[in-house]
Amino acid sequence: MTFYVLEYYLVNYRRVWRSSVLSSFVLPLLTMLGFGVGVGAYVNGGVQGVPYLDWMVPGLIASTAMQVAVGESTWPVLGNFEWQRLYFTQGAAPLRVTDILDGHLLFVVLRTLISSAAFLAIATAFGTMHSWWAWLTLPIAALVGLAVATPTFAYSSTVRGDTYLAILFRLGVLPMSLFSGVFFPVQSLPSALQWVAYGFPLWHAVDLSRAATLGVAPTWPALGHVAYLALWAGAGWWLALRQFRRRLTV
Amino acid sequence: MALIHARGLVKRFGDFTAVDGIDVDVQRGEAFGFLGPNGAGKSSTMRMIGCVSPPSGGVLRILDLDPLRDGVKIRGRLGVCPQLDNLDPELTVRENLTTYARFFGIPRKVARARAAELLDFVQLTERADSKVEPLSGGMKRRLTIARALVNEPEIVLLDEPTTGLDPQARHLVWERLFRLKQQGVTLVLTTHYMDEAEQLCDRLVVMDGGTIVAEGSPRTLIDRYSTREVVELRFAAESQEPFADKLDGIGERLEILPDRILLYVEQGDDAVAAVTARPLSPANVLVRRSSLEDVFLTLTGRTLVD
Amino acid sequence: MVTLMLPRLIASEGPARRSGAVIERNATSLRGAYWIVVASGFLEPLLYLFSIGVGVGALIGDLTLPGGRVVEYAAFVAPAMLASSAMTGALSETTFNFFGKMKYWKLYDGMLATPLRPIEVALGELAWAMIRGNIYGAAFLVVMVAMDLTTPGRAVAAFFATVLIGFTFGSLGMALSTFMRSWQDFDIVVSVQFALFLFSGTFVPAQAYPAVLRWLVEITPLYRAVDLTRALCLGGVGWLQLLDVFYLLVLFAAGMAVASRRMGKLLLK
Repeated sequence: MTFYVLEYYLVNYRRVWRSSVLSSFVLPLLTMLGFGVGVGAYVNGGVQGVPYLDWMVPGLIASTAMQVAVGESTWPVLGNFEWQRLYFTQGAAPLRVTDILDGHLLFVVLRTLISSAAFLAIATAFGTMHSWWAWLTLPIAALVGLAVATPTFAYSSTVRGDTYLAILFRLGVLPMSLFSGVFFPVQSLPSALQWVAYGFPLWHAVDLSRAATLGVAPTWPALGHVAYLALWAGAGWWLALRQFRRRLTV
Repeated sequence: MALIHARGLVKRFGDFTAVDGIDVDVQRGEAFGFLGPNGAGKSSTMRMIGCVSPPSGGVLRILDLDPLRDGVKIRGRLGVCPQLDNLDPELTVRENLTTYARFFGIPRKVARARAAELLDFVQLTERADSKVEPLSGGMKRRLTIARALVNEPEIVLLDEPTTGLDPQARHLVWERLFRLKQQGVTLVLTTHYMDEAEQLCDRLVVMDGGTIVAEGSPRTLIDRYSTREVVELRFAAESQEPFADKLDGIGERLEILPDRILLYVEQGDDAVAAVTARPLSPANVLVRRSSLEDVFLTLTGRTLVD
Repeated sequence: MVTLMLPRLIASEGPARRSGAVIERNATSLRGAYWIVVASGFLEPLLYLFSIGVGVGALIGDLTLPGGRVVEYAAFVAPAMLASSAMTGALSETTFNFFGKMKYWKLYDGMLATPLRPIEVALGELAWAMIRGNIYGAAFLVVMVAMDLTTPGRAVAAFFATVLIGFTFGSLGMALSTFMRSWQDFDIVVSVQFALFLFSGTFVPAQAYPAVLRWLVEITPLYRAVDLTRALCLGGVGWLQLLDVFYLLVLFAAGMAVASRRMGKLLLK
C-alpha cells in the first residue's frame, strides 16, 4: 500500500523534476565552485592534510541531502494538509495513515538520494574523492535525509501557516548548515557551541561522509553516528505519525 | 446633475470590445442595476466607473469629475465592493476596516469609531477580532460591503454582490443593502440574478454583448417586454420541440428551452385549460408571473444563467 | 509602537500620506509567527559572519587585498555580508511578499479602489522593506564595531550605503515581480540571488576569479554594493566608490519606473 502512495509522488515528480534541478543540484554545485575552489585557494596547506575543496565536498554532500530533505518535508507536507489537501484525498481511499506517511517519506528519501548521487558524480569528476568508500556517502545521505525529514514532517503537519516554515529555515536549517563542520572543523568552535554542533544530526552525517570520501576513521565511532541519526529518524517518525493520525482520522 | 453620466462609453481589450458604446445616467439616491449574463460587459463598466480602468472611448463623468484627471478625488468618494473578496488575510476583521479607512486619510480615531459602527451594521461585531480566513462566504461578503462604506461614500459600487452565496446569506446581504438604500445611499450594482435586480433596483439596464438592450424600472421592463403571466410546461419526452407545434395559437409567444416550453400569456389558468383541451398532457405545469428573466429571454433569445 | 510612530513622521497630505497608509497596513500585520520571522531577520548575516568570517577565517588567517593591505578575513567578509543582507532583506519583501499580495490576495486591487495610486503603493511597500532592512543593517554594524571589524565613524557611513543598496534591490525586486507568472519563477530569482551572493567578491576578492567571470562580476549590482561597503568599512574610498553610488542610483530609478508602470498596466486595465 505504501508503494501505491510512493508511485503517486514519482509520477508527479516526473512532471516537475526540472524545476527541482535548480535548487537541489545547481546551487550546491555553485557553492562547491564558488566556495570550495574560490575560498579554498586562500586556505594555505589545506585542512587535515587534504586540499580545502576535498575536505569540504563530503560535508556539502551531506548538507545538500539535509536541505533537500527538509525542503521536501515542509511546503509539500503543509500543502497536502492545507492547500491541495492531498492527504485527505488519500485518506478517503483504502489507505492506512502509516501508508500515507511512509509513502511520502519514502519519496523524500528517494529525492534526497537522487540529488546526492548526482552531486557525488560531479564531485568525483573534480577529483575530490580519496577513497573507494566514497559511495557510502549515499546511504549516509539517505539516513540523514530521513533523520531530518521525519521531525520536519511532524512540524509541518502541526503548524498552520507557511510563516512557521520560514522560522524553521532561519532558526533551524541555516544554523545547522553553517555550524555542522561543513565549512570549517567544529573543533575550532568554543566548546559550548561544539556541543550544539554535536546535537545537530547534520554534523554526524558530515563526519561520516568525510571519513568515507577521505578514507579515514570518523571522529566518533561510526556506529554511534548511525545510532544517533536513527534515533532522530525514529523519534521524528513517531511524532509525525501521531500528528498525521490526529488530523486524518476524525 | 447625474452622479454618473456616460455617453457612448467604450472599453476595448486589444481586438475585443467589452463595452460597446453605452449611455447611462445614475441619479442621486437611486439604486441602479446592470443586469446581464457573464461577459455582457458589466464588470468592465463597473471598473471604469470605479476609476481603475481607463475608458477606450466616449464620455464618462462621475460626480461631475473626469475619471482620468480626478481619479484620486473620485475614488475618495466611492465605495467599491468587488466581485471577488480581496480582504486582507493578515489582518483581523476590525483591522480590515480601520486600515482601509486610513487609505482614505480618515483619522485613526474616526476610523475606529466608524469600524465599530459598520461591524454592527453588518452584524459582525462578535467576530471583530477574528482573522478573515475562518469567516463564512456570507460573512466575508458583508465585511467587504462594510469596507466599501468606511469612507461614507456617495456612490457604492457592488459587482455581483451575492454571487456564490447560499440563499440564506443572500437574503441577509439584500436586507443590509435595502437598509442602505433607505438611508439614501446611491447604489450601483451588477447582477445576473433577476430576483436580485427585482429586489434591489429602482431602475436598471439590461446588457448583452457590451450594449444596452433595454432600460427602465423592473416593472416597466416586464410590462413592456413580457406578458402578465407565464405557463411553464414540461413534457415527458427526449425533446420538447415536437410539442411546440401542437401549442400553436395559445398565448402571445412561446419559447422552447432544453427542458421545458414557456407560454407567454395574459391569463395563465385559461391557457392551461386550452392546453389540456387539445388534448395534451404535460408531465409538469406551472403558472407564474413574468419576471426579468423573461424580459431577457425575449430580448436576446437566451437565458441569464446557463 | 511602530503603528503609532511611523505615520506621524510622514507629511499628512497627498502622496506621502497615502504611501504612509500602506506602511501602516504592514505594521498592523506584524504579529505572531510573522513577527518572529521579521524580528529574527538580523540573525542571518550574523550567522554567516560567525561561520564563514570567523570559522573559515581561522583556516585562512589574514588576507592581502589587491592594494597590498593586509586585513583579517572576518573584516574582509563582514562588509560583504552587510551588503548582501541589505539585498536579501529588500528582495524578500519586494519579491515573495509583493507578488503574493498582488497576485494571490489581490490586496492591491483593494487599495487601488481607494485614492491610492500605483506609484504610492509601490513607494509605500518599498519604504516598509527599507525600514525592515535598515534595522537589520544597523544591528549588524553594531556587531561589527563591537568585534572591532570597523570603526564607529565608518559604520555610520556604511549605514547610509546599506540604505541605498536596500532601495536599489527593493526597486529591482518589485520591477521583477511584476513580470512573474507563478511561484515557480521565483526559484530562478532565488538561484540568481544565491549566485550573486557567492560570486560578488563576497568571500574572495574578485581579482581571484578567471578574467571572463571577473568582468561579469564587476557589473553585477551586488558586487558594486560590496565594493562600496567594503571601501567604507575598511577605508580607502575613492572615485570608484562614487561610481558605485551612481550605478546603484540609476538602477534604483530604473527599477521604480518599471515597477510603477507595470503595476499600473497589470492592475488598471
